[in-house]
Amino acid sequence: MFYREAGEFKASYKADQAILPIRQDRWFIWAILAVAFLVIPAVSSDYWLGTIMLPFLILALAAIGLNVLTGYAGQLSLGTGGFMATGAFAAYKLATMFPGMHILLVLLFSGTITAGVGILFGIPSLRIKGFYLAVATLASQFFLIWMFNKFGWFTNYSSSGVISAPPMTAIGDVLVTGAHATVTAKYLFALSIVTLLALITKNLVRSNIGREWMAVRDMDIAAEIIGIKMLPTKLKAFAYSSFLCGIAGALWAFVHTGSVEPLAFDVNRSFQILFMIIIGGLGSIMGAFLGSAFIVLLPIFLSNAPHWFGLDIPVDLISHIEAMVFGALIIFFLIVEPHGLARLWQITKEKLRLWPFPY
Amino acid sequence: MRLERDVFYIILASLLLMVAIPWTAGLLSEEIFFEWPFFFEVAIGGLLSGVMYSLVALGFVLIFKASGVFNFAQGAMVLFAALTLVGLNEMGLPMWLAIIATLIVMLVLAMAIERVVLRSLVNQEHIILFMATIGIAYFLDGFGQTIWGSEVKILDLGFSQNPDFYFGGLILINDFDLIAAVIAGILVIVLALFFQYTRIGRALRAVADDHQAALSVGIPLKHIWVIVWAVAGIVALVAGIMWGSKLGVQFSLALIALKALPVLILGGFTSIPGAIIGGLLIGAGEKLAEVFIAPMIGGGIEDWFAYMLALAFLVFRPQGLFGEKIIERV
Repeated sequence: MFYREAGEFKASYKADQAILPIRQDRWFIWAILAVAFLVIPAVSSDYWLGTIMLPFLILALAAIGLNVLTGYAGQLSLGTGGFMATGAFAAYKLATMFPGMHILLVLLFSGTITAGVGILFGIPSLRIKGFYLAVATLASQFFLIWMFNKFGWFTNYSSSGVISAPPMTAIGDVLVTGAHATVTAKYLFALSIVTLLALITKNLVRSNIGREWMAVRDMDIAAEIIGIKMLPTKLKAFAYSSFLCGIAGALWAFVHTGSVEPLAFDVNRSFQILFMIIIGGLGSIMGAFLGSAFIVLLPIFLSNAPHWFGLDIPVDLISHIEAMVFGALIIFFLIVEPHGLARLWQITKEKLRLWPFPY
Repeated sequence: MRLERDVFYIILASLLLMVAIPWTAGLLSEEIFFEWPFFFEVAIGGLLSGVMYSLVALGFVLIFKASGVFNFAQGAMVLFAALTLVGLNEMGLPMWLAIIATLIVMLVLAMAIERVVLRSLVNQEHIILFMATIGIAYFLDGFGQTIWGSEVKILDLGFSQNPDFYFGGLILINDFDLIAAVIAGILVIVLALFFQYTRIGRALRAVADDHQAALSVGIPLKHIWVIVWAVAGIVALVAGIMWGSKLGVQFSLALIALKALPVLILGGFTSIPGAIIGGLLIGAGEKLAEVFIAPMIGGGIEDWFAYMLALAFLVFRPQGLFGEKIIERV
């Protein structure tokens, strides 16, 4: 009744090819953005912004990065954590080497450096795929973390191995990193960057490059026959995916935790982000956000749920039960909807189009 | 023909390993302690811990062969089996009874996994099944530790852990490791015989070759899956007993699963002997590299050496030492 494209006439190619051709979709996205930029910072407490919204946004960015590689280009990767660590350490080195550099430039360059590393570890993908590639990317995960732990140069020879991000300003003299930055500023900064990058990615996957990725994913031999070059296409996917993961890592270290430590980017992080894109939906930007929300909120919900029911359970038992419920839910979701939350969203929209008169 | 070539490759690889590591160690650094008996001691120690990797990799191979599922939960199954065994033993059951009870638990687990997970996900893409096994892994980790607690438990089988001298008093070897190697060897032989000569074994191989064809000649796919997961559960129990009595039964057992991945790459995803030899090569290579090469670049390379070795291997022989050439080149 309310959601339908009937009666919406496009007068130009531009209007026809817009990201959201249906008016209600556009309203919906604007509403979400308005809520995210205006309502949430106004009504949320620092706890909500700092411990839920920030990780949600930053991990969603990393999930978009992995989704480009796995969901769009079809290359399974377990090295996301390693690439995020690369971004974080690159940002730290840049920020300490060139103290005057603006944070946006730092993010851009750290993303670029990570893209270079991603290309390097993407080279084996030209010969192998599937689980073999997953093991190859696992090598990058362990190697990169080991490297950042081992060589003092990356941490500027700090004795503890954990280093704190220097305070930096975004616009004017509003601090967005360091101990004195307000949570609201951090949140708005991360939100702007994630929104911008999500928009760029959305456009990229609709473009020539994105179609090449999807062609490679769907059937590589057919893609090659119609003239798509494997080497540049796959390496582009690795480069762009690592670029996003690198920026996500830099944001995580600088804006979220405020300290750069390799442990935050271990193999569990890689799995966490893989979960996000599978539960959210492979090959969907929306899915990356939905998956991230699910994975970030679920543990918080699970660890708080016993208190609401007045049960008193020891902490370690809660963490085990949490793992158990988490595993069971993953299996449940895969059985009910293997194509993820994004597919559920799509089905809802299709149903809504006919509602309330299905015939 | 093929076998001879494979054996040739293996001998070549081990020779390279034997020569390359001492050579680089001797050439690049004067400070590294190097003597041949010590070298062999490290190599044998590595081979014996490689046996452990092989045991975990074996579970992977069994399930991958029969169902094409890449079972990430193998490590969690190792932990779960060991936890159940120790838990039952602590409750007062004698060891032999506890082992039998654990075997039954693993069988029930296999049936549950087949009924709840695999049957619902039949015909899904590989990555979905892979994800489902990660879900199983989380569930088992949580479940096992919820029931039996998460503190480090000691599993004592009564074997001596003291090293003795072998080979004319030259080389120091742990007795326990030797026993573990013998048990692993027996397990592999039993499995090989089972696969080669029994009716069920033939059915398993048929399913591995082609699901559709196997179904059409009347092999019940569901039963086969239960059997293969149960066998993988038994292998997990053996691995759990071995690792558990060596390191104590604790959460880190589940992480061995990751180390089994490079083993599989080396040996090939579909080959039982490959899993064994891959495990041995990774074990030996890792320890040798840690002792003789690592001091040059800062140490601690044990974490990633296996993966890098696998990565290098992938470039030259993507199907592994014994694997079937199913890998699709692009």
